[in-house]
Amino acid sequence: MGTLQNLSTRHPIWTLIVVVLVVGFAWLILAPWPPGLEQAMGRKRVFLNAILSGITLGALYFLVASGFTLVFGLMRNVNLAHGSLYLLGGYIGYGVVEVTGYWLLAFPVVFIVVGALGLLLQHQVFRRMEGEELRQTLVTIGISIVLADLMLWYWGGQSYQVLSPSWLSGPMTLPLISSLRSNGEAVYLSYPQVRIAILAAAIVIGFAMWFVLNRSRLGMLIRAGVDDRDILAASGVKIQYVFLAVFAFGAGMAGMAGIIGGTFQSLSPGEDTRFLLASLVVVIVGGMGSIPGAALGAVIIGLAEQIGLVYAPTYSVVFTFLIMAVVLAFRPQGLLGAQR
Amino acid sequence: MKRFIGATAALALMLPGAAVAQDTIKVGILVALEGTFAAGGADGVRNVELALKKVGYMAGGKKIETVVAATDTTPATTTRQARKLIEQDKVDIILGPLSGSEGIAMRDYSKTVPDKTVINGISGALETTWVNPSPNFFRFNLDGSQWGSGLGAYVVNKKGWKRVATVSADYSFGYTNFLGFAVDFCKAGGEIAERLWVPLGSSDFAGVIAKLPDNVDAIYLGMGGTDSINFLNQYQQAGGKANLIGGTIMADSTVLSSKGKAKDALIGTPTSGPFAADNPAPEWQSYVKEYQDAFPADKRFPIPSLFGVGYHVATLAMISALNEVKGDLSDGQKKFHAALSKLKLQTPLGVVTLNENRQASGSVFITEVSDKGDGTLTNKMVGRVDNVTQTLGMTADAFRAMGLPSRTTPDCKALGGK
Repeated sequence: MGTLQNLSTRHPIWTLIVVVLVVGFAWLILAPWPPGLEQAMGRKRVFLNAILSGITLGALYFLVASGFTLVFGLMRNVNLAHGSLYLLGGYIGYGVVEVTGYWLLAFPVVFIVVGALGLLLQHQVFRRMEGEELRQTLVTIGISIVLADLMLWYWGGQSYQVLSPSWLSGPMTLPLISSLRSNGEAVYLSYPQVRIAILAAAIVIGFAMWFVLNRSRLGMLIRAGVDDRDILAASGVKIQYVFLAVFAFGAGMAGMAGIIGGTFQSLSPGEDTRFLLASLVVVIVGGMGSIPGAALGAVIIGLAEQIGLVYAPTYSVVFTFLIMAVVLAFRPQGLLGAQR
Repeated sequence: MKRFIGATAALALMLPGAAVAQDTIKVGILVALEGTFAAGGADGVRNVELALKKVGYMAGGKKIETVVAATDTTPATTTRQARKLIEQDKVDIILGPLSGSEGIAMRDYSKTVPDKTVINGISGALETTWVNPSPNFFRFNLDGSQWGSGLGAYVVNKKGWKRVATVSADYSFGYTNFLGFAVDFCKAGGEIAERLWVPLGSSDFAGVIAKLPDNVDAIYLGMGGTDSINFLNQYQQAGGKANLIGGTIMADSTVLSSKGKAKDALIGTPTSGPFAADNPAPEWQSYVKEYQDAFPADKRFPIPSLFGVGYHVATLAMISALNEVKGDLSDGQKKFHAALSKLKLQTPLGVVTLNENRQASGSVFITEVSDKGDGTLTNKMVGRVDNVTQTLGMTADAFRAMGLPSRTTPDCKALGGK
C-alpha cells in the first residue's frame, strides 16, 4: 500500500484520472443505462457482452500464453511449436470426451500426455542446442510443421468441437442489470455458463501459478533461473531438471487450453498458428517472461478483439496489432516486462 | 494416362472414320490443386475426365487432348499458369478457374488472347461477367448472387418469416451471396431489421451474438467453414433459439461433416445453392451414378462436389459447341464462340443458357438441413427455382442502379421491402 500512496502523492492528476475512469467504468457495468446513453452506445446488453466476452477470450489467451512466456523467461527459448501443442491437446481432449463422456477427465489426461511430449521435446531436442537461439527457432518451426501434418493426417481437415458437459451448456443469469422493463423491473444479463467457468478456472490457475512461483522452492528456483541462469547453475542446482519441469508444465498448459478452445470455439488445421500468433502478441504486449504480464496482455488483446468486433467490425483485425505496435514503440520490454 | 490411351485406342477401333482425322484440339484444365480447395480441384479434374470419357475424347470429329495446370487459388499463379498453357502447351481452350479472384484474373487475361477460349470452371464472383466482361470468357455456372436467389421468397411465403436480422462475412462473396438472398427477400415484402458484418476468420462471435435483436422471425447467416461452426457453437452456448436461414456455404458438406454438436443448431435451416444432392431429376441421378461408377469409392466424393459439377458442366458445354461447329476453330475461333453463346445446354442441373455477358442463367436449388436419423445431417431438397438470371429477374439497368454488392447494397425499401 505504501507504494500506492507514494504514487498518488507524486502523480495526483494521473491518480485522479485513473480513479474517475475506474468509477465511470464500474458505473457503466453496474447501473442501468439512461436512454440517452443507450442511444449513443447501443444497448447495455451488447456492451456487457462485449466486455465479458473479451475477458473470457483473454482467459483462454492467458492459459495458452502463460506456458509460452514461462518457457521463454527461463530458457530464452521461443518455442514456435507451442501452437501445435495447443491443437494436439484439443484433439486428444476431444477423443477423451468422446470415449468417456467426462469433460473434466480430459484435462488431467491431456495435461499428462502433452506435458510428456513437452518433456520429450526438451530432453531430446532443445537440450542439445542450448543457447543457440536461431537454431532452436528454426527447429521449433520445423517441429510445428511436422506436427501439423501429422495431425492433419490423423484427424483430417474437418473441424471438431469438444462437447461441453450438460451442467455447463446454455446460459446463466448474472447479477448484472442489462436493462429495465417499462414497469421498472430489472432484467438481468444472461451469459453462457461455459465461458464463466473458463474465466473462473483461468483465475484459479493464474493464482496457483503465482503462488507456486512466489511461495514454493521450485518457484524460487524458476525465478532465480529467470534472473540469472548461470549463477543458479553455478550454485549447484540441477538446472536441467528445472528446465524439464517448466517445459513440461508449459506444454501441458497449452494442451489444456486446447480443450477449452475446442469447447467454446472449434479445432481445425490452422488453429495452431492462430494461437501461436495470439500467444506471441500477448507476451509481447504483456512482457516476455512475466506471468502477470501474460494475464494483462491477454485481457487487453481479448477485449480489443471483442470490442472491436462489436463496435468497429471493419477495423477489429487491426486493433490487436496496433496495440502491439504501440507497446513496442513506447515500452519495448512489454507492459510488465523487466528491463534488462 | 493409361485410361486416356485405352479410351482413344478403343475409339480408333469403333470409329475408323474419325480416327483418320489427324487434327487434335488441346484443352488446358486450369484448376486449384494446392491450398484450401485442393480436394475440390481434384474432383474438378475427375469430372472433366468423366465427361470426355463419355464421348471417347472426341468432339466435333476431332480428338481432345488435355493438359492439367495446377494453381494455388491466387490470381498471380492462375495468370502465370494460363500463360503457360497458351504459350508453351499451345492449348486452344482453357477450362477453369476454380475460385472467385482467379475468375476475375482470367477475365482480364482472356482479353489478351482473343482468339482462344476460356470456359469458367466454377469461380463465382459476380464481377467476372458483370463488370467489363471479356468476349471470349464463358461461364456456364451461376454466380454467388444467383445462388442466393429464391431463398428469400421461400422463407417469406413458405415459412412466414418476414423480419430477419443478418450476420454475414465481411468480404466479396459474403456481400454477393447476401445480395441474392436480400433482393428476393425484400421483393417478397420482407424486412431486414439489422445487418451485421463479421471479418472473415473471426473465431469468437459472443459479442455479435449479443447484438442480434430478439424481435425477429429468423436470423440469416452468411458465413462458411470454421466460421459457421464457431458461430453455431457459441450461439447454442448463449442459449439462442431463433430460426436460422443459411447462405450457400453456411450448411455445406464441410460444415455438416464437422464433429461435435454445433451443427445441430442448423436442423431445419433452409439454404440455397447451385445443386441439391437428393435432386430427383433423372439427369442429375444418372450423372451421380456415372460418377460413382467411374471412380472407386476411395478416389472420389460420395456424390460429386460443387467444384466437380462446375467443371463437368463446363466440359459438356465445350463438347456441345465443338460438335455444333464440327471442330472448326479457325478464324480466331469465331464460330466456336458464337456456338457457345447460343447453346441451350442440357446439364445434370437442368437447362443452362447464356446471356449477352456470356453468363449462365439456370436453376437454383433450395434445401433444408435435416437429421438422417443416425445423428448425421443432410440437405434435403425442398424447392427449385429455374431460369435465375444474372440480374435476378430485373432489367440490367435496374440491377446496375442497385449498385455492386456491398455492406449496404441492396436497399431493401427500394425493392418493396420494409
